[in-house]
Amino acid sequence: MSILVNKDTKVIVQGFTGKEGSFHAEQCLAYGTKIVGGVTPNKGGQEHLGQPVFNTVSEAVKATGATVSMIFVPPAFVGDAVMEAAEAGIELAVIITEGAPVKDMQMAKAHATKHGMKTLGPNCPGIITAEECKIGIMPGMIFKKGNVGLISKSGTLTYEGTNQVVKAGYGITTAVGIGGDPIIGLSYNQLLPMFEADPDTECIVMIGEIGGDLEIQAAKLIKEQITKPVVAFIAGQTAPKGKTMGHAGAIVSGSAGTAAEKMAALEAVGVKVVVSPAEIGKAVKEILG
Amino acid sequence: MNVHEYQAKQIFAKYGVPTPKGIMVESVKDAVIAAEELGGPIWVVKAQIHAGGRGLGGGVKLAKSLEEVETLANEILGMTLVTHQTTAEGKLVQKLYIEDGADIKDEFYLSVVLDRKLEMPLIMASTEGGMNIEDVAENTPEKIITIPVDPAIGFQGFHGRELAFGLGITDKNEQKKIISFAQKLFKLYMELDAEMIEINPLVRTGTGDFLALDGKMGFDNSALGRQPEIAAMRDLTEEDPDEVEAAHYGLSYVALDGEIGCMVNGAGLAMGTMDTINYMGGTPANFLDVGGSANAETVAKGFEIILKNPNVKAIFVNIFGGIVRCDRIANGIIEATKITDVNVPVIVRLDGTNAPEASEILKNANIENLIVASDLGDGAAKSVAAAKGE
Repeated sequence: MSILVNKDTKVIVQGFTGKEGSFHAEQCLAYGTKIVGGVTPNKGGQEHLGQPVFNTVSEAVKATGATVSMIFVPPAFVGDAVMEAAEAGIELAVIITEGAPVKDMQMAKAHATKHGMKTLGPNCPGIITAEECKIGIMPGMIFKKGNVGLISKSGTLTYEGTNQVVKAGYGITTAVGIGGDPIIGLSYNQLLPMFEADPDTECIVMIGEIGGDLEIQAAKLIKEQITKPVVAFIAGQTAPKGKTMGHAGAIVSGSAGTAAEKMAALEAVGVKVVVSPAEIGKAVKEILG
Repeated sequence: MNVHEYQAKQIFAKYGVPTPKGIMVESVKDAVIAAEELGGPIWVVKAQIHAGGRGLGGGVKLAKSLEEVETLANEILGMTLVTHQTTAEGKLVQKLYIEDGADIKDEFYLSVVLDRKLEMPLIMASTEGGMNIEDVAENTPEKIITIPVDPAIGFQGFHGRELAFGLGITDKNEQKKIISFAQKLFKLYMELDAEMIEINPLVRTGTGDFLALDGKMGFDNSALGRQPEIAAMRDLTEEDPDEVEAAHYGLSYVALDGEIGCMVNGAGLAMGTMDTINYMGGTPANFLDVGGSANAETVAKGFEIILKNPNVKAIFVNIFGGIVRCDRIANGIIEATKITDVNVPVIVRLDGTNAPEASEILKNANIENLIVASDLGDGAAKSVAAAKGE
């Protein structure tokens, strides 16, 4: 089992024929992901990577039955692409693009919600169900199948955490990169209950960072709804205040959004909080034995 | 991206948000000419730097004669202003804003910010104008009113009424004025992709008018491509030159005050690396994200920027190679050490795709000062030891 995506999930790619879209779609196909087509306006009717190209998402959905869209369009067009996917009946949009204007994401996410479409990202590595379905830009070969679910704001920390889990002798059910922008789609509070309900997931690793309060909200939810053990790392304990640390959302404003505050909130509800990402594998091993 | 007060007020004026008249100058002579043009009889001489708390730091002063304008301009221009929002070294004042004095009856606070929880803009207002709003939020939270505005419906009449009544404005004429003020401010917030606007204080004058006495604005960097007029307002002298240079090469850099330089791919891992160094008893000298495609040129540039900091005693290169294979990155690092003269120990940890091959390449290169680490913990420990000269 897994969450959100599996070997049967049908995926289309928006921005299919672009450089990034092509490169990563090819990698996903090689991983075994069922990419059934893509969308690039004015290239409808062509074939790319052995799959059909459509002018609109609506056409692509009708012709292929895809339920997930992986979005690689340039930043200025992300909002538009997400809203198009939502109206075409896509169930989950995985937004890889970095640098989408925040205003566009406010509008697009509200519109997606209205149409019942889930979103992931933007500025995220995507989602992967180990050895079944990779929708994103992560190095597929490190994700060995197992019983640990992973949620992370950071791409490279997703890989770091996964690598340690695998080196400790375990594996991953599904790993989800949620992105580090100020406004993101699915987050801890939607994903934690999914892992709780997934029979194969026995332990959850959550990786957060400074800025915002999603990790604090997660602590409240964990206390009320999550019975499975959770290991957490919060990046940015040594980050200075008022500085954006790479991710647009990773900023401590005033006294809010610090790593210390988030670590304390998670620890208080029984989460195993590690002070360095180098300890993630060890912590999982202590829990799973 | 932030702009100066005088630029924020130019934007306000364009959208019809009332502000006192003022002129930006860069010399004492021009300050006096500007004051003459404004006419007086009272002027405010204001330091233009990208930081709040200028008044308390001595960067905002009242002048009652042209002579006084000259004396104050002389005093403030060229001074290094230290406020609670600057670093301890402060910021050099290179520009002044000479402004008409206002007849202040009351001071309010008004801002528009992005509420990340509600995922929409939030108007915040308070009758406690002129104070540090974080202190007001801490001590008297009931004195702050918050009005979320859904961008899909925009600023409606009820938002305005909540604001006017919330601030205790009872005169109907004044209510109209404050509502129109906030409506225009919200319009420009949305149209210009602002991240935050803060007016503190917003004043009510003796004649019942509302004026933005101060103006602070920040913009969404991701939207600057479609806001050329805003992008043109960027003042590079207000930014850290090393950060600006790094950004030019696609690197994200923030200087810190420790001893171990860090070069990492990905923002999360870069912060995690700093945290691990700290956990192992060392101190990080910087945050540096080389991005997804670490190659010889970006790594060389990274070394160059890190080594500008004289406190750096060792450099920890921590790369998790995903799509970019580690053997390629290893070759990039070797190339980079040839381009840049690296005179401190460099600890390299490469993990991910083709990591064992990368390790071999680095070991066989026989580069003096290059230490290969097996994982994040090992790399951090070796970096801390190297920085201590062990």
